[in-house]
Amino acid sequence: MSGLLTFGSALLGKLNWDQFPTSPSTIVGAVMVVLGGGAVFSWLLYKKKLGWLWREWLTSLDPKKIGVMYIVVALLMLLRGLADVLLIRAQQATSSGASHGLISADQLQQVISAHGTIMIFFVAMGLLFGLINLVLPLQIGARDVAFPFLNSISFWLFAGGMILVNASLVIGAFSGAGWLAYPPLSELKYSPGVGVDYWLWALQIAGIGTLLSGINFFVTILKMRAKGMTLMKMPLFVWSVLGTVILVMFAFPILTVTLALLILDRSLGMHFFTATAGGNPMMYVNLIWAWGHPEVYILVLPAFGIYSEIVATFARKRLFGYESMVWAMGAIVFLSFTVWVHHFFTMGAGADVNAFFGIMTMIIAIPTGVKIFNWLFTMYRGRILFASPMLWFMGFVVIFTIGGVAGVLLAMPPIDFQLHNSLFLVAHFHMMIVGGVVFGYFAGLTYWFPKMFGFKLNETLGKWAFWCWAVGFVTAFTPLYILGLMGATRRLDHYDASMGWQPLFIVAGLGALLVCAGVGFQVLQFVVSIIQRDKNRDLTGDPWNGRTLEWSVPSPAPVYNFAVLPTVDDHDPFWEQKQSKKKLAEPVYEDIWMPKNSGLGVIIAGMVFVFGFAMIWHIYWLAILMLLGTIVTIIIRASDDDTEELITAAEVAKTEKALRQGSAA
Amino acid sequence: MSTVTETTMSHHEIEEAHNTEKTVFGFWVYLMTDCVLFAALFATFAVLRNNTFGGPSGQEIFKLPYVLIETIVLLTSSFTCGLAMISMQQRKREQMLRWLTATFALGLVFLGLELSEFHHLIVEGNSWRRSGFLSSYFTLVGTHGLHITVGLLWLIVLAAKVRKGGLNSTNVKRLTLFSLFWHFLDVVWIFIFTIVYLMGVIPA
Repeated sequence: MSGLLTFGSALLGKLNWDQFPTSPSTIVGAVMVVLGGGAVFSWLLYKKKLGWLWREWLTSLDPKKIGVMYIVVALLMLLRGLADVLLIRAQQATSSGASHGLISADQLQQVISAHGTIMIFFVAMGLLFGLINLVLPLQIGARDVAFPFLNSISFWLFAGGMILVNASLVIGAFSGAGWLAYPPLSELKYSPGVGVDYWLWALQIAGIGTLLSGINFFVTILKMRAKGMTLMKMPLFVWSVLGTVILVMFAFPILTVTLALLILDRSLGMHFFTATAGGNPMMYVNLIWAWGHPEVYILVLPAFGIYSEIVATFARKRLFGYESMVWAMGAIVFLSFTVWVHHFFTMGAGADVNAFFGIMTMIIAIPTGVKIFNWLFTMYRGRILFASPMLWFMGFVVIFTIGGVAGVLLAMPPIDFQLHNSLFLVAHFHMMIVGGVVFGYFAGLTYWFPKMFGFKLNETLGKWAFWCWAVGFVTAFTPLYILGLMGATRRLDHYDASMGWQPLFIVAGLGALLVCAGVGFQVLQFVVSIIQRDKNRDLTGDPWNGRTLEWSVPSPAPVYNFAVLPTVDDHDPFWEQKQSKKKLAEPVYEDIWMPKNSGLGVIIAGMVFVFGFAMIWHIYWLAILMLLGTIVTIIIRASDDDTEELITAAEVAKTEKALRQGSAA
Repeated sequence: MSTVTETTMSHHEIEEAHNTEKTVFGFWVYLMTDCVLFAALFATFAVLRNNTFGGPSGQEIFKLPYVLIETIVLLTSSFTCGLAMISMQQRKREQMLRWLTATFALGLVFLGLELSEFHHLIVEGNSWRRSGFLSSYFTLVGTHGLHITVGLLWLIVLAAKVRKGGLNSTNVKRLTLFSLFWHFLDVVWIFIFTIVYLMGVIPA
């Protein structure tokens, strides 16, 4: 019998039937994951679309398609993160006095940890790399990224991490140690279950994907720009991505190390962050924020880039202060590595250290302010078109500025000692990340949607979505500022009725419902726009009267982006070309080499995903097998010398003619 | 690249040369991110190096002569790797393969020495479970060793490629990348030798 048990544990590690969900709320979550996945799969099977999906999308090395896949994953995860929001808001609105709310304290901690993890790593990062993939090669006048196959691996590692997080709903449980899993709570002694392991491996896998993407786009920007596009003639979105990928390359290796060390603590009994045997838990907090603070700038810089493109386009003016924008971005990139201690002033590093980090934190508000004023000056005396991307931008200015001022308050160590770990902080960073980052990506999504699919999104529904989001968001988070000042801490599962907090929590909950209505309008917007796609076709390739190169090609952009590689001699090359009204010379097409599709990216990331799963459950034979498989597959790919296919000049001419004729019809 | 060569090259060849340049640059950038990774590990080592928690300190367990031999072996492997690159540029395939074999053998000896050092420590009860200091020591030095292992594996694949395809442009590119990687590991080791071992035996 004991022999059988040892065999079982060697075969399945810690995995057994008890790991499947038992409480009602987790069963609902598990059923939704399984049914959702199953429904999509069966629909594809029924429509005989699986082959098509594999050939045209999953194995594609076209950055535009990879970008769309990133965005699809991110939007699905947005819905998951939003479901978590509703649980959190419902719990805190009801769990006062005698009532203990809908779910247990333990479950609430899991829900909150999952919400933070998913929103940052799988929504914001997904939208970020989705938009970069879609737009960046087009904006620099390139046909591809520097390493197309690596790009596919990056995406699939990201997707693998996402699946791991959601698998925890069905098998086992998720981490309840917060979105950054501070030790000693996240150590084996205090979190013995698999939750923290799910968190660690999901982030490790997705994080390595991000790091590879960072390297890829860094090389793409530096080595593949169109002739004549010097650094100071790059569109600001490209500049912002350059800043972001530099931060990725410096920050993500630190994340890799931090997660690896916690994994070693938990699996091999090391003592990096344990409270005993010479470990140092505060070292984890330092390391994770040495990654984490740059991470928030990784998220927000491309949003700044998107705003810069949008304001110039919809104010129909050249962007005010291009050079100061670039320098402001450079200053932010540098300063973002000098402020991390402001996340834990209460560590007790001493007055001098805290003063330094407090001052650096306030200084970083200056370049950010420069950018805000430049956008406002661009709008000044412009002929502003209030399309929905522009609305997202104006919502951003208001919300981001309020949140930013709250941030400068928090930068003062004495005030931070009072507000640390309170809902005031929660309100602050949500205003920065939702108001700054998410609004920016929504604006970018609306703006570049026609370039991906060839038709515009419904404007009316887009505006409804914006107003629900903006009003709902302010309604949800203003009460949290007040509650924070009243002493309510974050991750609260219950409070005494005598605190008088319940009305404010209920208002916050209503705000969250309004945000949900906004998301509802966005879903409706997609559905209606797809149904009415023939009405909203973008026939010119330039639906917004744009300024940069991506608008000079037809919509949707052909696989090779540019039939003839452009030459650039201005900031806004396409705008200048349109203004000069010069008749373009008849294009001379040439043969184009493009990368062939490859399924190996999916396979490599799939094996890494199974490796992560096996490590979580201590199924070591499977882990070793997957590791070997990954190595062999990488060698196979590296040995393949035939990775490109030719598109002949005649084919290019034919495609271009069809696309341009489509635009004439 | 001068304009003369450009005119004699076909369009596809120019693209390929550009691709090689891109790949080598990209690999450089990757190495720099690896550098940040090691920097983070060095930082954790610096924080934990005195956290011996009643266990042995570096002074008690490091044997400098042994580590010096390790160092000499690894530096020599870097030297032979450099010689292999020279042979590659002179298009001497067999000579290059011999130098690569020497590189591989020295790398393997280094790895063996390191593992035997680890084994020795563990047998004496000084494993990574003993203290924060030993955890950070094993992780930092072990991560370097893991890189060496990957390098050795890569070398086997490369040798097979060169035997089959000769010194074509793709193989030359691959060898260039490997040599960058190998020299990088050498540099990291110099830091490990200095910060972990030399500074470790200085009395606190």
